[in-house]
Amino acid sequence: MNQNLKWKGLFILVIVLGCLWGLFARPSFPTSWQAVKDNFQHRIHLGLDLQGGSHLVLQVEVDQAVRFECDRTIDDLTRELHKRGVQFGDIQRVSDTQILVKNLNPTQSGTLSNIVQSQFADWQVAQAAGQANGFLLTLNSAAVAQIKTQTMQQAIETIRRRIDQLGLTEPTIAPTGSQNDQILVELPGEGDPTQAKAVIQAGGQLELRKVIDGPYPSEAEALAQHGGVLPADSEILPGSGSSSSQQPGAAEYYVLTRIPIVTGRDLRSAQPQPNPDMPGQWQVQFNLSRDAAQRFGPFTARNIGQRLAIVLDHRVQSAPVIQGQISDQGQITGGFTQQAAKDLAMVLNAGALPASVRYLEESTVGPSLGADSIREGVRASIISLLAVMVFLLIYYRLSGVNAVLALFLNLVILLAALAYFKAVLTLPGIAGVILTIGMGVDSNVLVFERIREEIRAGKANASAVDLGFERAFLTIIDTHVTTVVSAIFLFEFGSGPVKGFAVTLVIGLIANIFTSIYVSRAIFDWHLGRMTRQAELSI
Amino acid sequence: MELFKSPNINWMGKAKYFAALSGALLLLGFFAWLHTGGLLYGIDFRGGTLIYLRFAQKPPIAEIRARLGNATIQSIYDISNPASRNDLVIGLKEVGETAQRIDAGRTAILKALEQIFPAPANKQDFNSVTPQALAGYLNEKDPLNLGTKAGTQYQDLAQALVHYRDFDSNGILHSIGDIGKAPGATPAVVSSLEQGFYAGPYVIQRVQIVGPQVGKQLRKQAVLATLYALAGMLVYIAFRFELVYGAAAVIAVFHDVLITLGFFCLFHYEISLTVIAALLTLVGYSMNDTIVIFDRVRENLRLMRREPYPDIVNRAINQTLSRTILTSGLTFLAVLVLYLFGGRVLHPFAFAMVVGVMVGTYSSFGIAAPIVVLWYRFRGQKVPGATSGSSGRQSKEPTANRRLATAGRR
Repeated sequence: MNQNLKWKGLFILVIVLGCLWGLFARPSFPTSWQAVKDNFQHRIHLGLDLQGGSHLVLQVEVDQAVRFECDRTIDDLTRELHKRGVQFGDIQRVSDTQILVKNLNPTQSGTLSNIVQSQFADWQVAQAAGQANGFLLTLNSAAVAQIKTQTMQQAIETIRRRIDQLGLTEPTIAPTGSQNDQILVELPGEGDPTQAKAVIQAGGQLELRKVIDGPYPSEAEALAQHGGVLPADSEILPGSGSSSSQQPGAAEYYVLTRIPIVTGRDLRSAQPQPNPDMPGQWQVQFNLSRDAAQRFGPFTARNIGQRLAIVLDHRVQSAPVIQGQISDQGQITGGFTQQAAKDLAMVLNAGALPASVRYLEESTVGPSLGADSIREGVRASIISLLAVMVFLLIYYRLSGVNAVLALFLNLVILLAALAYFKAVLTLPGIAGVILTIGMGVDSNVLVFERIREEIRAGKANASAVDLGFERAFLTIIDTHVTTVVSAIFLFEFGSGPVKGFAVTLVIGLIANIFTSIYVSRAIFDWHLGRMTRQAELSI
Repeated sequence: MELFKSPNINWMGKAKYFAALSGALLLLGFFAWLHTGGLLYGIDFRGGTLIYLRFAQKPPIAEIRARLGNATIQSIYDISNPASRNDLVIGLKEVGETAQRIDAGRTAILKALEQIFPAPANKQDFNSVTPQALAGYLNEKDPLNLGTKAGTQYQDLAQALVHYRDFDSNGILHSIGDIGKAPGATPAVVSSLEQGFYAGPYVIQRVQIVGPQVGKQLRKQAVLATLYALAGMLVYIAFRFELVYGAAAVIAVFHDVLITLGFFCLFHYEISLTVIAALLTLVGYSMNDTIVIFDRVRENLRLMRREPYPDIVNRAINQTLSRTILTSGLTFLAVLVLYLFGGRVLHPFAFAMVVGVMVGTYSSFGIAAPIVVLWYRFRGQKVPGATSGSSGRQSKEPTANRRLATAGRR
């Protein structure tokens, strides 16, 4: 055996051992057959379609967050303008990113510009087209982009905190979508995502506000009570239908102060507990942070006998009368079941979502279906692999052994690469594996047919093998590169499952070039070195 | 063992038969497409709700239909296997655009099933209980009288029972008594379970809900990805060979995809993302086949300078014929096994492959190669001596030579 071949053999051995190590010997070196199996299952990450679990895609309404910012700016700006004594007719939001100030006192336009420049740096002010003395404030695009990114980050973090509390194993929460405004949530092993969905989608915005009056059966009536004009800094909010005990389910509206005394951010903790007054019903008990308690204590002391509204996601959950000074505790009641109270406490603990989310897509695969798919898919793959191998052995005799070895090695490298890259094996991924195996067989067939051709043409064994590999090499490179090129495009532009296909395909093809050219050639050289010149090559 | 010693078939002379075959298949697909009124999109491209259910007994399809109403039902497939399971796939049409309604389909199906199979009062369905809930129940009832020593024992038992249900008994128990065969299920455990549980007559195996915008977006993305991939291949082949080779290869592959889609219409299979993966796979195969032949044509062009171009192509096809038959045969074998034994989830995928491998194989020598030959004949007649030689065929030789790397002549 020549020196060159020895090094080749060593190189191949190192690669094979590295792959086997990656597949079977991590995280700990196996000492039993069971440990080998466990390691393998641990290393190959199965997609939800094979393993079972839930896959959700959520749309985050990032535009809503921009709109909120706009509304907040209107409030602040109004206050500021009043403070500075600037006279104007009306101020309103004309789009998600634009505010129109109408009928500004013409002599005070400089003051408006100054205020905007100094205190609302993200906004640009300009004369509104077609409006005498009207000014248009526009939120600049950098700020819009920043609000959107921040909203996404916050939404992802909030959803992660909520899901962590559900105690599921290895959930994935990641941004997705072409605009990067969607969130992908994957819950492996979760066969019923109803609870997770409810917990994710709950707004979780808790506010404690002072009740001015109410409840009224309709919005119009509430307005009529105030002579058609609401008092400054107040608004009408609907009740949840459970806040007044007289008529459960009836529509009701409250007039509340606009600015909350305490919000969800002031919570230290929330926990579910049985409602002591209503057996069988549950409530959520919350504790305020020290800061908030210092505000809340005096407020309740001042307002004994008044009503306090507990507002959840812009609905009045309950409006109890303040009996005495409360420092840092409160309850949210409203006919909760134990599960609902538990979920609400969880949501409150995890914090509010910065914008609402809606579901675009849901896919749930039960564990037994996943098991069926694996069982049937693996069985079929093994049967077809065996059939192909048997045929190769019959058709190419001893050289067939070479092809079968190359095929096996290809599969091992492919699986090991999936393990090392932590790639996920899905059903379309299995399609990629099948295409890889097909191309592996094809490469071997190409080389072998070429060697046969050269032998028929009267070449000696060694030079026939030499020529066979050399001539087939170009073809193999061309076919593989073409497929890799297409796989790269698929990865770049395809959606989830198509991506999985592309990944396994690229890995498989690279492994294939190595096995069908380098390894297979080395085996031939070794075999040729051991046989006599005159002997017939078994191909 | 050898299949073909040295075949000598005039493939280019038979090109018109292949063209006729392709034309017939394309027409067949076209009429099937007209008949079904367009491609049947799977849930991921169409939007809507799809639920896989497994029943303990034969599924009451007529009753489900009656309760759901035909207006909302897109499809109901009975995919039972008489020997082992009773499965039903119910597809519902997209019900609404709004977020609240994305769940409406699932709710409707569940309601219908609850009406058909009223649940016993005060008992939980064992077939849909989660390991956590089961562990909670066992801890509370303590059938093994472990008291405070229980530790994680009931968690482990619950895991084992659920594993037995999902993996050893196909995901559905016919009666609670059957759980007695599970490891660790002593008679005490079984009788305790019988008090609190019943074996529900159906389980939900898979739910897929896709909103309408998502479907549209996925469809667009799949088409774009495929077109970009084809364009990428065209550029690479044009770079390695010549533009006309790339164009011919891409046309042939496109033809394969069209015919396969035609067969999908004909057999009423739905196009899903998995099917797209299958189409891409067959694009890969067919392209592979075509390149092998083109490679040999390129090599022969140098060796057989004086022969007419069609003869060179014929020879290339004959030389690679045994490879073509072998590879395609083996691949066909593999996907046929997948089609027959691969299970229902892989079924549409395998179907696409079975059709695609057959079409993809003959399109290489029946479509792609004749296109190149036709092109050079056309160039040879209409533009004699277009570049430097006396005919199109000869004029391309130097180019081919220049671009050839070392194919090794000794």
